[in-house]
Amino acid sequence: MSRTSTSGAQVEVFSFSAPVTFGIPLIAIFLQAWLPLRLSWFSVLDLPLLVTIFFAMARRNPITGLLTGTFIGLFQDALTHQALGVYGIAKTVVGYGASSLGIRIDSENPGARMLLTLVFYVVHKSVYFLIAAGLVGQSLRWDWLHEISSAVANAIFGVLLYSLLDRFKRRI
Amino acid sequence: METVLGRYRNLIVLVGILFAQVVGLAVQVKRTTETESSLLIRVWAVHAVTPLEKGLGWVQTSSSSLWRNYLYLRGVRAENRDLKQQLEQLHIEQARLKQDADQAQRLQSLLAFRQQYISETLAAQVIGSSGSDQSHSVYIDKGAHDGLKPDMAVITLDGVVGKVLRVFPYTSLVLLIDDPSSGVGVILDKARLQGVLRGTPAGEITVERVMADEQVPVGEKVLTSGGDQIFVKGLPVGTVTQVKPGAELFLSIHVRPAANLNKLEEVLVVTRKVEKQAEPGDAGPVRASDILALRLPSVPLKDAPNAGDVSAEKSPSDSGKKPIPPAKSQPSPENPPR
Repeated sequence: MSRTSTSGAQVEVFSFSAPVTFGIPLIAIFLQAWLPLRLSWFSVLDLPLLVTIFFAMARRNPITGLLTGTFIGLFQDALTHQALGVYGIAKTVVGYGASSLGIRIDSENPGARMLLTLVFYVVHKSVYFLIAAGLVGQSLRWDWLHEISSAVANAIFGVLLYSLLDRFKRRI
Repeated sequence: METVLGRYRNLIVLVGILFAQVVGLAVQVKRTTETESSLLIRVWAVHAVTPLEKGLGWVQTSSSSLWRNYLYLRGVRAENRDLKQQLEQLHIEQARLKQDADQAQRLQSLLAFRQQYISETLAAQVIGSSGSDQSHSVYIDKGAHDGLKPDMAVITLDGVVGKVLRVFPYTSLVLLIDDPSSGVGVILDKARLQGVLRGTPAGEITVERVMADEQVPVGEKVLTSGGDQIFVKGLPVGTVTQVKPGAELFLSIHVRPAANLNKLEEVLVVTRKVEKQAEPGDAGPVRASDILALRLPSVPLKDAPNAGDVSAEKSPSDSGKKPIPPAKSQPSPENPPR
């Protein structure tokens, strides 16, 4: 088992097999596109974002984290009719942030995971809003109540999802 | 120098990746939609996701069809009886409407009025969505190989759904009418006011460009005006639910869509429209009373107080505005028309 040393704290670094690395983000994007048609409440959740946060926190490498975010975000952009890069930029920032924080704090703890997901959901939405409204010129509406309740829902669902995805982790 | 690069390597990569995406965005925003549609990443993404969606859609449709058509038939007999009664009522209503339509057609022919009609549609299954709250669009299981092209109208039996935005070989992306970037030329049914229907960021749809001094009642039907050259005139779009003052001396008219945009399963793509001028011959001399006489030969005159009004024996001038009695029996070969 290899460990990385940061500020005196010992944190584990994990890796994933190639099928998991590519398959899970693909399944997350597929479910995000398919399930809301059958279960409308599902659109509150952002599975690609949760997967980005999970991989970034587990790998604890900022470059890998931001690249994971970039690819997942761009792939998600490609399914919409909007310009490519809005989700890409937002998830790049989240991937970088989650992996940087993953080095410093114990991201295996469910409480920490919930808090991190909640924070990164709001960060993701804020960056998306800034880029889409400021750069692309989309008309968007920011509703704090909706965003906070969505963040809580994602945080709770995220903790459950992460414990499921933990099974695919491989210690380096 | 090496130390600085090594120390800030992560940050430099982050800034580089973000910069590349911002530049990419800026380039796309300047480009047209047609150019954008050929981007390879879009093709890859659609090809990676839509086969799964199609497969699962097929499994779902097959299993629900098996359940509905073979296993769960409770109440079908009663439903069938109710539907037959409805059909009889609709036959009468159809006869009355045909008379009105014929009259309108005669007037149109006199005015050399040209109108577009839907001549061909293609049924398609909705297999997926864009997966984003900000992009109100869905994927359907028909594409370029089925003859679909961008800007074709997409409807359901209830009303307008949207238009084909991007076409891939076996799938297409449909932009829904509740997306902020969509626009449909509409007309209010009774007020005859024209406007533009648009989606809002909150997912609602509103009619814009109607002056604030106009009277628009709640409950008014909204139809397509045909002015956008995508939807033919007269398709149902929705119903007015709220009217309030909007920006710049215009009304903000909220509309509830006729088609359920949140639960789309099957849609019709209008693949061909024809433009034709109404001809006097089209209308013909057939009156509603004649059609009813053919359809309801056995309705006894004395049983129904107004039955005499719709009988073929009466003069045509009498039959026009009288109420039509409900049907008592189905037309049959044994009861020839008088």
